[in-house]
Amino acid sequence: MPVLIALVAGILMSAGIAYSKMIDPEKVLGFLTLNTRWDPSLILVMVGALAVYASGYWLFAGKQRPFFAEHFHLPSKRELDKPLVLGSALFGAGWGLVGYCPGPALAALSSGSSATLAFVVAMIAGWFISRRWSI
Amino acid sequence: MENFTPVSALIGGALIGLGALLLYLFSGRIAGISGIASNALFNRDGRSWRLAFVAGILIGPLLVGLVSSNFNYSTPEFNWQLIVGGLLVGIGTGWGSGCTSGHGICGISRLSVRSIVATLIFMLAGMLIATLLH
Repeated sequence: MPVLIALVAGILMSAGIAYSKMIDPEKVLGFLTLNTRWDPSLILVMVGALAVYASGYWLFAGKQRPFFAEHFHLPSKRELDKPLVLGSALFGAGWGLVGYCPGPALAALSSGSSATLAFVVAMIAGWFISRRWSI
Repeated sequence: MENFTPVSALIGGALIGLGALLLYLFSGRIAGISGIASNALFNRDGRSWRLAFVAGILIGPLLVGLVSSNFNYSTPEFNWQLIVGGLLVGIGTGWGSGCTSGHGICGISRLSVRSIVATLIFMLAGMLIATLLH
């Protein structure tokens, strides 16, 4: 059951990434680049996603356990530490450089683009580095 | 504003939120794509559901292509920015414990202060770099 749920969740999320055109780095850069041709679409992607997720999350906020698992896994960390701030700044810089964040980059692999594959390989190397050297 | 696509943005966003909500309410997991994909690769525990999630991410756009006749999107040029950008996105989401999905959607919905701060930082850094370079 966890495998099936995760598969369907992944399909829905990346179908949304594709349908909203966030799979296209030019579309994302159209939002991140502030000029006369600025494209606010990404804000509405966030609004649509937040509206659905937040309503569902708070509607079931009193629920003791998920429908098909023992318990909810939620992050326990609260402090605003150096890894969070520096990591998010580095992520943003890479995002602004190429127009890919992890979801759209993985989703676009099915295009067969070797440039997208190179980005994903570099991103995986980055994940490895972040695990090997913590700050 | 000639590139603004409000309807597909809202519908696509709602689909992203629905997938993330399904994973949370049914399996109790936060749908952070960077965390799930990196743990699928580098963590032996809980690998099967994470690999299934990544498989779903890989095939989603193929299904959209089957349903929608005029579905197409661009991919980047092969250049050095691609490698630097990929490394920065990997290291950054690793140290920062999340990306647009985990912090931007799930974390903000839970009103997590860490996620709100992370999202503001990566949005501003992204806008700064993109505006300076493009």
